[in-house]
Formats: sequence, structure tokens, C-alpha cells
Amino acid sequence: MLKVLKAGFYTTLQDAGRFHYRNKGVPVSGVMDEMSVFKINSLLENHESSAVLEITMTGPTLLFEKETYIALGGAKMSATLNNLPIQNYKVYEIKEGDILSFGRLEKGFRSYLAVKGGFTSKEILGSRSFYKPITKINRLIDNDNVPFSLAKDFQPKISEIKVASFLDESVLEVNKAPEFDILSDKQLEEIFSKTFTVAHENNRMAYQLTETITPHTYSMLTSATIPGTVQLTPAGKLIVLMKDGQTTGGYLRAVQLTDKAICILAQKKGGDPISFKLV
Amino acid sequence: MNSPKINIKPFGVHSVLIEWPNEVSEIILEKILHFERFLNKEVFTNKEWELVPSYNSLLIINRTKQIDFQKLSSDINNWYVQLKESPKPDRYLWRLPVCYDLEFGLDLEEVANHFHKTKEEIIALHTGTTYTVFGIGFLPGFMYLGGIKKELEMPRKATPRPKVVKGAVGIAGKQAGIYPQESPGGWNILGNCAVPIFDASKENPCFVSVGDKIEFYKISRAEHDLHRIEAEVGIYKPEKIKIDA
Repeated sequence: MLKVLKAGFYTTLQDAGRFHYRNKGVPVSGVMDEMSVFKINSLLENHESSAVLEITMTGPTLLFEKETYIALGGAKMSATLNNLPIQNYKVYEIKEGDILSFGRLEKGFRSYLAVKGGFTSKEILGSRSFYKPITKINRLIDNDNVPFSLAKDFQPKISEIKVASFLDESVLEVNKAPEFDILSDKQLEEIFSKTFTVAHENNRMAYQLTETITPHTYSMLTSATIPGTVQLTPAGKLIVLMKDGQTTGGYLRAVQLTDKAICILAQKKGGDPISFKLV
Repeated sequence: MNSPKINIKPFGVHSVLIEWPNEVSEIILEKILHFERFLNKEVFTNKEWELVPSYNSLLIINRTKQIDFQKLSSDINNWYVQLKESPKPDRYLWRLPVCYDLEFGLDLEEVANHFHKTKEEIIALHTGTTYTVFGIGFLPGFMYLGGIKKELEMPRKATPRPKVVKGAVGIAGKQAGIYPQESPGGWNILGNCAVPIFDASKENPCFVSVGDKIEFYKISRAEHDLHRIEAEVGIYKPEKIKIDA
């Protein structure tokens, strides 16, 4: 088991997501920053959908109760193993009783912890990703235990990678979403020339943006949405749906973030600037 | 038969949206579900694909690969034109019990006052119609029900409640529904249904599908409490009637 001594601000278990239940209203969930997780699962030679811990803003303190190998990625959170600093995107061997903790948030917003073989909690509807009430809990709390399998004598093919970090990037590349063509020239100009600020209302469901654009009166029937859909409300507010976002919505769908843009945004917090670029 | 026209739109690089005319219509919904069955069975058989129908649209999503929009939209048009009549799948009418006691029907009096009717008349209007499931979204198992009586079309509340309880039966504009879990919500609440619409422990977590029908009937508080206990221990079976469409 991995024992959660202190849970941190918002720590969850996530894998690639929960698919094939969207027609019953179940969000896909899964890791917010797929690019960072892909790299650490690759380092540990895990399956790409192996479950990892998603650690938001303030990290937990974790006790390993058996041997394994770990890798960290995503946000930089001053991680230490038994009080010694460790780096992202590097494989570390873990002994029974080792303690992993996190300090100051240096850059980004979500950090990831992968273990060799992935966390092995029970799958519900085909996924280990937390999403209440599909899973009983929506985040880890103090003294929770997360299961994983013992791993010994692992010889990683590559033990460390240099990563071209996108944590400093703020341009979100987008493609057209279904109602793109009904946007006015003025609204298009605003979307693609303004710098927007991530509002404090930001979480795994959606990121709201502080600045508004020209309002509209377009009304539509409820229709499907996906992670990365940028909705425009009649009041001119932009809402970017994220991994726990609802599967249908009634707001105009203006643009759609690329996979990479979802990762870039997942590393932003309230107050950070972003802008959109059509590709 | 002349098929209603479709319009195919790009939605990022992993999805395309097929849209039918912008109206709430059972004929259109049937056509969408018919086409969805064909696509699921004949085309998108690989697990990478997922389809989400709702009102007048059908979203096609590929989990990882980029879609060639020009090619896929031309294929979709061809498949749609050549779509053959096929046997309809089993469809069900689900009869769901509702307790309209004021403890649950938080807005029943307000709705009655709004329409200058008695609470009993409002309940009769709510139970006296067959609803169609036009979509499932917003929350796991949240059904968008069409077919509400005109005399019961009431705008959603000006200020949403921060907490609506699980099972709350509500109306808003032309829509009716049930909150499958506790959630914030702005619909007018008329009663409570103890039948769990969504149960993640089941292989099919939501017994209702888009295209099914729903009817409500009034039950007493005692019956409601019994159904709640039956639901908690997992022995309640919702009443279903096969429909010959």
C-alpha cells in the first residue's frame, strides 16, 4: 500500500479515463495533463493507461509500504524522498518505509506520481479515475491507502529524460467547434486577440475565464460536449470544459482545444494568462 | 421515405458532429437512433470510437486518432443516404413512482400558484403524460425528458438551489427530469422518486436509454419509504413495459 500521511490540497487517482458511458452522462475523467503522464509511465515501462496520482497545487506526504520504482512529472513541487530533493522525469528506486513529500509549488499546477505497474485499485465502469459518485470518494484524505504491486530488480531502459517543458507556454491552440461559424467577426477578433485570465473558478470540471467577450442570444438544443470544448455563454463568458466536464451542454461551442492545449491549460491556476490561436 | 437533412460539422480533430433540423421531434430522434445503431454495428465497431446522441445531434468521437474530416463527412453522407430500414431494438416505457409530499415537492405550491391551479391538478398534469428521453447528460443518468404538457411549462428558478437532493423530480421550461444524485440545480422541484436511475455498481449503470419513454405515477409517503429501502438493498425493480414502436 501507499499510505497517505497528509493528503495535500486535492490528490486523486487517475488513469486514461472512463470511456463508453458518455451516452449515459458519465464524464470521461482521467489525467488532466496526458503529456506529462505519458512520459512518466513510459519511463517506468508501464501501460500508457496505468493509474497515477494527480497532485494539485499542494502536495501530499506519502509512505511506501513496499518496494517499487517511481517517477514524477508535470508541475514542479519541490519533491523530496526521505528529505532529499528529487527531480521530475527520473526513475527512483523505493524501499519499504520511504517517505515522499512535496514542498513549494515552483511551476505548473498539477504534478503526477507514477509507480511501476501503476496503482491497482478496483476499476469501476472500466476506470480507476476518481469521479464522485461513480467512485465513493472524489479525492484522497489523510490515512487513505492506495494499493500497488511490489516491484524489484527493474532495470529501466532509460532512467531519466530531459523534457521540453510546456509549463511556460500560454498559447492554447484550438480547432473549430460546431458553432464556430455563427460567431461574429467581432467575437472572433476578441477570442483570438485578447489575453484571458484563468478565473479562480477552475477545477477538473471546467476552467472559467475572467474576461468576457460580446454577448449573444443564440439558443440551441442540448448537445454533446467533450474535454477541451470552449463554451460561450449568452453573457459572453468563456468556459473551457475539462476532463470531469459534463457530457452534454446547452451553451454555444465556439472552439475546441487540441490535446496539447488541454495539457497546457491543466497546468494553469487562477490568475494565469492564456490566449487562443486557431490552427 | 424522405430522410431529414443532415449537416456535418467538425468538432476539434477527434470528433465530428452530425446535426439534424433544429427541433424537438420524435421522428428526428428515431432517425438519429436508427443511424446510430447502423454506425455502431457496421462502421465504428472498434473500441476507439464512441457515439453520443442528444435531441437533434449525434457526436462521433475517436479517442486517440485524428479524423480526416473531408473523408468521414463524405462517408457519413453516403451511409445516411443508403441507410436501410432495419428492425427496431427493444424500447421500453418505464413507470416511475413519485412521492409529491410537500417535504419533497419544494416548489409544488409555487408552481400551483403560478398556474392558478391546485396541487392535485399540477400532479395530474405531471403524471398524465408520456415523456420521451431525448438525451442523457449534465450528470450521470440525468434524463432530458420531452413531452411536458403545455400547461406545465414553467421557467427555471431565477436563483438555482445550491443543493437539490438525489431523486428530486423537476420541471424547467419544456423539460422534465430527475436528479440522479445530489447536485446544485435550478429546476422547479415537484416530488421525489426513490428509484435509483444510476447505479455505478451495475454493468449497465443506467437502465434508461435515449429514445425510451417515461411515465410518473403518484405514490404515498409510506410506499415511497418502502421503495427507498428496496432500492438501498438493491431489490427494487423499476416497472417496464415493452413498446411496439
